[in-house]
This record gives sequence, C-alpha cells and structure tokens, in this order.
Amino acid sequence: MSRSQNSPGGVRSKSLASYLNDENVRAIIYQIIVIGLVILAGWYLISNTLENLERQNISTGYGFLDREASFEISESMIEYSAQSSYSQALIVGLLNTVKVSLMGIILCTILGTIFGIARLSSNWIVRKLATVYIEFFRNIPVLLQLFFWYALIPNAFPHPRDAIELLPGVLLTNRGLYTPVPVAHHAFEIMGIVAILAIIGIIFLKRWAKKRQDATGQPFPVALVGTAVFFGSVFIAYLAGGAPTVLDVPELRGFNIQGGNNVSPEFLAVLIGLSVYTSAYVAEVVRSGIQAVPHGQWEAADSLGLKRSVALRKIILPQSMRVAIPPLTNQYLNLTKNSSLAVAVGYPDLVSISNTTMNQTGQAIEAISIFMSIYLGLSLITSLFMNWFNKKMALVER
Amino acid sequence: MIPAENNLPRKDDFIAVHDLGKSFGAVHALRGISFSVPRGETMAIIGPSAAGKSVLMKCLVGLYAPDTGRICLDGEDVSTTGNETRKKWAEKTGMLFQHNALFDSLQVWENICFSLIESRKLSRKVARDHAVDLLGLVGLDPDSAGLRPSDLSGGMQKRVGIARAIATDPEILLLDNPTAGLDPVLSNHIENMIAAIAQKRGTTVITITNDMKIARHRYQNLAMLHDGTLQWTGPTTEIENAGNAYLTQMLSGSSQGPITMRTGKRQDQLFA
Repeated sequence: MSRSQNSPGGVRSKSLASYLNDENVRAIIYQIIVIGLVILAGWYLISNTLENLERQNISTGYGFLDREASFEISESMIEYSAQSSYSQALIVGLLNTVKVSLMGIILCTILGTIFGIARLSSNWIVRKLATVYIEFFRNIPVLLQLFFWYALIPNAFPHPRDAIELLPGVLLTNRGLYTPVPVAHHAFEIMGIVAILAIIGIIFLKRWAKKRQDATGQPFPVALVGTAVFFGSVFIAYLAGGAPTVLDVPELRGFNIQGGNNVSPEFLAVLIGLSVYTSAYVAEVVRSGIQAVPHGQWEAADSLGLKRSVALRKIILPQSMRVAIPPLTNQYLNLTKNSSLAVAVGYPDLVSISNTTMNQTGQAIEAISIFMSIYLGLSLITSLFMNWFNKKMALVER
Repeated sequence: MIPAENNLPRKDDFIAVHDLGKSFGAVHALRGISFSVPRGETMAIIGPSAAGKSVLMKCLVGLYAPDTGRICLDGEDVSTTGNETRKKWAEKTGMLFQHNALFDSLQVWENICFSLIESRKLSRKVARDHAVDLLGLVGLDPDSAGLRPSDLSGGMQKRVGIARAIATDPEILLLDNPTAGLDPVLSNHIENMIAAIAQKRGTTVITITNDMKIARHRYQNLAMLHDGTLQWTGPTTEIENAGNAYLTQMLSGSSQGPITMRTGKRQDQLFA
C-alpha cells in the first residue's frame, strides 16, 4: 500500500498497482487460473476421448447394460446364465465381491484379535510365533499371497475321486469344499421372514428391558430370552412350513462331484489370502489398542484378584476398542478394495466381470465408471457404519 | 532413627515386613525396609515424591514381587506373587490406587462389585444392591450406581474407589493418597469415613498421605520413607521425641534439612 502511494505514476496506474499488490485480489486471480487449468485439462481429455471413440465407431452410454451378456460365470449367488444381461452379470460380480469382503472382514478380525493378543502374551513361544506370523504376512505383497494360496489349494487336496470326507456329505477336494444343502422349499422363505420379524421384536424387547432397568433397577435377561425367542420362532416356522428334510448331498458322478454347495478354490484362495494379509495389520491395531489402555487398569484388576483372561475380556478390550476402531476402519476399507485383486486368480468378482464386459462391448469408460462408483459406494457404506460404531463406543467415556 | 533390631517382625504382628528390597533396573526403589503393624491398627506412610511409597504399597498388595526380604501377613509369607497364599491374601486386601484406576468401561456399581461378580459368583442383582449399600456408606447417592466413572467428579471417583476397596470386606485396606487433590472439607469427611469403617470392621489400614496433619492426628503409627529407605517408624505419639531430622523436615515442610530431591541435591541447595 505504502509503495503504491510512493510510486511516481498517475492515479490510474497507482490503483492498478495497488490492486496487484493486494493479497486478496492475488488470491482470487490464482484461484481463477487454477480452475481454468483444471477445466481446460478436463475438456481436453473428454473431447479427445469422444473424438477417438467416434473414430472407432464406439457409441457411448449405458445402453449396453440391457444386452445379453452371453458369457458364463463360474459361481453366482443369484440365478444367472449366459442369456442374462450385462447388468445382471455385474450384479453377480458385485455380490461376489461383497461376499468375499464381508467374510474376509469377519475372518481377519477374529484372526487379528487372536494374534494381536498373542503378541502380548507372557509366553515366549506364543509371543514370538505371533510376531513371526505378523511380520511374515504383513511384508509380502498381497497379490503374491493370493497366487500362493491359489497354487496351494489344488496341490494340497486330492482329486474328486479320492475326496476327503470330513463329515458325512462334506467333501474336500482340489476343486473346493462341497457341503450338503437343503433342497429349496417354501418353508425356508417363511423362516427367513420370521427371523427378520424376530430380530425386530428382540430390538424392541431390549429397549423395553433397558427402560425397566433404568426405572426399577430390575435387570432382564435379554440375551437369554432373545436367543430363545429367535430360535424358537424360526423352528416353529420350520415346522409350520412342513418341516422339509430333503438334502442335496454332493456325490461323485463321473469324473466330478455333483450336487451340494461348492466353495470354489478361487473363493477360498481370495478369502484366505485377504483375511490372513489383513489380519496381520489388524493384529497390530489390536496390540496398540491394548497397550494404549493405562497400566493402572491391569494393576487394579490384579489387585482385585481377577484372572488375567477376565481382566482382558471385561476391562482391557472394551477400552482398547475405542482406540482401535478408526485404524480398524482403514483395514476393512483396504480389504474391500484389495478384493479387486481377485481377478488375478480368476474369482468372478466385480472387476473380473467388468473386464469381461469391457472386452466384449468395448465400453471401457462406462464399465470402469460403474465399478469405481460401486467400490466408492461400498467403502463409504463401510466408513459410515464404522463411524456410527465409533460414536457408539466413544460414548462410553466422555 | 530407631535401630533396625526394633523392627524385626514379631509373631503377633499382623503385617510384618522384613528387610524388603525392590529394584527396577539400576534404580533401587526400596532398600532394607522393615516395619510391622498390629491387627486392627492404622499406619500412615509419608515421604517426599519418589521415596518409594507407592512401590511399597504395590509390594504389599502383591503387584510386585520383592527382590529381597519378606512380607508376612498374619504369620504367612506372601513375598512371592502368584501362589495360592498370595491369592488368598489378595482377596483379603482392598486397595485404592493413587489415580483411582476405576474401570472406564464399567458402570459405577459394576466397578464396586466386579470381583464379587467375577470371583465370588454373586448374582448381578445382589451385587448391585450391595454396591448401592456401599455407595451410601461412602456418602454417594444410590442414583450414581448407573453412571460411568467419567461422569463423576474427582472426589466422587475417590469415594467409588474406596467403596470398591472395601467391597469384599477386606482385613487389610491399602489407600494410596485417598485425599490427594480434594478440598479440606471433603478430605476430612473421607478420613472420618475411613476411620469409621476401620473401627467398625476391625480393618488394618495403611495409608499413603501427603497431609501431615492427617498423618499425625488420625493414624496410630507412622512410617517415614526417603529415597527408598525407611527413615523412621513408630507410634505417632512418639513423633515429638523422635529427634529425626528427616521426619522433622517432612512434618514442617521446611526447605532446610537433609531431604534430597530426585536430582540428588538437598532441597535447600536446589535454587542456591
């Protein structure tokens, strides 16, 4: 400001110079330049892409989703055949991704908690074994681990002819794990509806019990009654539906096993690979969470004559949860995103099916936009749930 | 200083500590500690910061195993941690920690009766009623039973800590700074409460305190720790005739005297 006043120019040049020296004006100018560059870059990419697509005679848009997919998918949770549409194929992929991610999250949490606690064990061998497990699986790229598990399963288990019969009807072969399943029956639909109703009922029961305990101090055995109500009502629904007992038991027919439910080697490889890899990280999260609880809490529990296992379960773990939830969320998100590596071992997940779709239709941009939005959505849902859970746990301590 | 021979454990002493030593690495936290407390009597432990008061108390409750020496409770040697005798005495001992160490994850009443539920398999309903009784005893509202420790003020937390320490009706009560950070009125109230509980139940009480008035007038015995060693121990009635320079300085709070700070310098040399 003072400089512009001292400059020898006229009134107009003075005000222009002072404008350019004003920090606020400069900031706005810089922002306009940055936004302009971003728009320019975007416009350049989009126009080039459209031009190239036009030159290759590829039409844009999502119309291809209704066309016949005409490729088979090795495993599906819903009804699917080569005559189904691309959108149905993508839904199959989405469900497969969700299935392996959800089961992976559960499994990695269990494994991670066990190894995280073991790493703090007072037993030297247990502690060292846990450390080796964590450092081994944490420091090898997850893609290589998937290859390893996928190579291991066909070699470690026998041909269907010599299948290992774990239980009557449960067969383990190099083509996966076969289990008997009940043949579809309308009783199962009734049971599903009853189960949902029972869960809603138990939620209300829990609210009522808490209200009563707050008012009168009388506790109510919600867990016991809730479990009884749930299994009781589902069992009654089963009986009412005609109590179907027909099982589809897997058995050797020809060269392969027919019938029953098959858990494929691809699925097993992806599930085990992702769970074990992520569990090494979860173990470290659990360990740091336990160590974040003040030492005085252990001492207080000790001085009360409590067993260490009780102190861990009832005192330490609930408090370490609060510290552990945010980094645990990261690991769950990582696992979900890493499940896209399933394509490497041929598990028909979302990416694998999107790839096939892309190759057949040439609609690369559309297919990629679909699976990117789906992963974003899955991650945001996981994030939202974990934030809610974090808030709920954090309320315990103000 | 009273000669060491006077402090040898006698058979009739309820709590008898003989030549206790405890180190953490190169740091000698306790050296050659010997004292005894008869059944049903009270003792105050005083001493400057880092004198080893809390370590001594944690040895008494069995959290630390002493490196040397013996701790005898009612004639039974409990020096080694983890054995059956030690466990038996852990159940007969109640302790209040310096920072309360209440369990954040549990409600107030669960905190108080946790060991009763877990170890003695008391039903939750009975335990809750018992906790409410204890809350009344330490002067807290029955409604506070359902709160979390973090909902309570410092003084309330202390009282919950005391309620937890006496929940199992222990024979020995160890209190690490029960009135630290509390106003004089509340301190007085809590000391009255401790005295009443001790008298009613015949509990033997050992308390760490920095309040010299409380130590002199409310406790029957006194132990003065300095730099991990016992400088003086005896009945509080004999303090005036003790002629112990450490004790005199501690009681008066003067900067002139032999008490050294952690730096190894005497207090009067610190700012010289």
